[in-house]
Amino acid sequence: MDLILVNIIDGLVTGLLLFMLSAGLTLIFSMMGVLNFAHASFYMLGAYFAYQISLALGFWMGLLIAPLIVGVLGAGVERYGLRRVHQYGHVPELIFTFGLALLIEELVQFIWGKNQMPYFVPDALNFSAFAIAGNSIPAYKIFMIFTSLAIFIGLLFILTRTRVGMIIQAALSYPRTVEALGHNVPLIFMGVFGVGTALAGVAGVIAGPVLGTFPGMAFVLGSIVFVTIVIGGLGSLWGALVASLLIGWLTTFAKAYNIAMEDILNGIGIATPENLDSNVFRDLWSITSPQIADILPYILMVLILIIRPSGLFGKRHS
Amino acid sequence: MTQMDTKTDVKGAREDEQITTDPKSSAQQMRAGNLTLSFGPWIVAAVLLAVLPFIFTNNSSITIMNQMWITVIFALAYNMLLGQGGMLSFGHAVYAGVGGFACMHIMNASDFFAMLPLPVLPIFGGLFGMGLAMIVGSFSTRSAGTVFAMISLGVGELIAACSVIIVAFFGGEEGVSGDRTYAMPFFGTEFLQQIEVYYLISAWVLISAGLMYLWSRTPVGRMANAVRDNPERAEFLGYSARWVRFYSFVASGFFAGVAGGLFAINYEILTEENLNTASSGVILLVTFLGGVGFFFGPIIGAIAFTLLQTVLSLQTDLWAFYAGTLFVATVMFFPGGLAGLMMMHVPVFRLGKARLLVMPYLKTLLPALIGILGLAALVEMLFHVRHSAPGDNEMTLFWTTFDSHAILPWVVAIGVTVIALGITRATAPGLRDAWNEANTAGARA
Repeated sequence: MDLILVNIIDGLVTGLLLFMLSAGLTLIFSMMGVLNFAHASFYMLGAYFAYQISLALGFWMGLLIAPLIVGVLGAGVERYGLRRVHQYGHVPELIFTFGLALLIEELVQFIWGKNQMPYFVPDALNFSAFAIAGNSIPAYKIFMIFTSLAIFIGLLFILTRTRVGMIIQAALSYPRTVEALGHNVPLIFMGVFGVGTALAGVAGVIAGPVLGTFPGMAFVLGSIVFVTIVIGGLGSLWGALVASLLIGWLTTFAKAYNIAMEDILNGIGIATPENLDSNVFRDLWSITSPQIADILPYILMVLILIIRPSGLFGKRHS
Repeated sequence: MTQMDTKTDVKGAREDEQITTDPKSSAQQMRAGNLTLSFGPWIVAAVLLAVLPFIFTNNSSITIMNQMWITVIFALAYNMLLGQGGMLSFGHAVYAGVGGFACMHIMNASDFFAMLPLPVLPIFGGLFGMGLAMIVGSFSTRSAGTVFAMISLGVGELIAACSVIIVAFFGGEEGVSGDRTYAMPFFGTEFLQQIEVYYLISAWVLISAGLMYLWSRTPVGRMANAVRDNPERAEFLGYSARWVRFYSFVASGFFAGVAGGLFAINYEILTEENLNTASSGVILLVTFLGGVGFFFGPIIGAIAFTLLQTVLSLQTDLWAFYAGTLFVATVMFFPGGLAGLMMMHVPVFRLGKARLLVMPYLKTLLPALIGILGLAALVEMLFHVRHSAPGDNEMTLFWTTFDSHAILPWVVAIGVTVIALGITRATAPGLRDAWNEANTAGARA
């Protein structure tokens, strides 16, 4: 029972991190209709910038400044890259962000090299917050949970309760009308793109010390983020939240409990074949849940797409 | 002309690409004329394929050419989706990979393989690629655009991840290897030598490229364009957009599988690398670089990219960085790719005004090239200063050896770059004027 609680907390941390990434991506997607393939690259940039800043000014300044730089970079990418490519249609836009992801990875390797950076949890948070049945929960995890939650409640408040949020939401649905009312729609788009990438940056800053800051970190999370928003339904913020938490818990529990396929198959009444080694399906029989934990989200995505093509919270047509 | 063919809105659809079935209409006649005329390039290609090994005789160039032609097939198959059907796949390496793995297993099934001539083997690769494409296509082709792209990515990742789990088929981390020479001799040939494999691959390139070209002329191939440009209208005409996409997807899976089978024959080993997202990305890069709007675009892309990869990676560690930069620049400035750039000049030649462009091109592009090389030199020097071993200050660049920590090389490199780019900037308006002049019909200058 206590172990379950520990895993719930672990899954929550993973899920909220994923949500931080996928919320920015969803925001950008519902704005421009384009999935920013380089989104996870901005997450990586966030971690690297924060590491570089933390060397000189400490972790907290990194948390403050790095997302800002990432956001400005993102806005620049929108202004000088995406806006230019937009005239050619959606597919070239997607290809552009894909190329950008490749380029950012190469750039990061160029500047910082291929090794993992010594970017660590700050001393102020490097202690155990509390323990559940002998399993200590690091304070940093609690910090991660509360940061993610705080940012999102803030974001949701701005989007739904303030005038700025109202204009942004209107610009997403009726750009021409909003423009006619005297608002600068391209500027709004640029701003939202900047905010979306800055969110990815924040996720990078706080995930960097835990998950490691290395050139492949964007690649590791990149496709999971897309899977998340496809499962949640493209463009749905709530869908992104549910899907992130689902994936977070699913992978955490699959890793924590060593469930063997053999036991499941035996459980539903299929007996283990006599000579397993020469059996064609021997790999299927020997699979354990930690082995497939990382591909569970993809399996979930394929299943959901077959049953409900628009995703959990997606609208009917996509 | 610079616009790419992947348009989504009606207004952007090109006027002369209207779908018509009237045999008397000029569009149809022109197409029929094109078909007879277009035997020329195929004969030239066949002759070229046959002659090239006599020009580039050493083994490494034959290896490069083998890789090139395999990439050509794969890129053409990829373009059946992206260029013709408007479907952006981020996991297409999977179909080639699975086809290749299947061929590897056939190679290892000695009883069956001993009765099979090697040139037939890629067909099996194609069939396996096609089978997988049928399974995946059954749910992924419901929609094009972003959703399709995401599904293809997810499925690609899923199958790539399976390579470490399903060891029986994918061979785990060391992959599967085999020996092509166990096949039944094909007219006395046992494919022991590289050159014999070269001709096998060349034959397959011609056959598959020809088949893919013919496919693009079939009603399904033409409808794929229609569905890409305007699915609603295609549906209204009575074609199911989903089935048209499905057929394109399955056909593309077949030819990708053929490419995978040829890969298996050429390298005699397949690993997880053949499936992963990186190789899916490479084929997207190749195809887009060559130009998705034209049938021959991917061919140019595959040749250019393979050359870039093999030649550049010998010269510098940063070749992937340059390839990425080139790719992003292509998407931003020449969405038609290399083929688009070439086709831009067709009207100029038709008007007989190509002569007008020679001098402006020289004046602008030569300094631009020097400027770009200067930038590359700066990048290389920066990289050397940052990442070389301490004390190792010597580097060789453009056949010159110098000390990367000294001031002089930096001054020279920056100077050359700035001056060259300055000249480019100054002469660019002249080029633009000449371009407009050359594209205007009327009195010859």
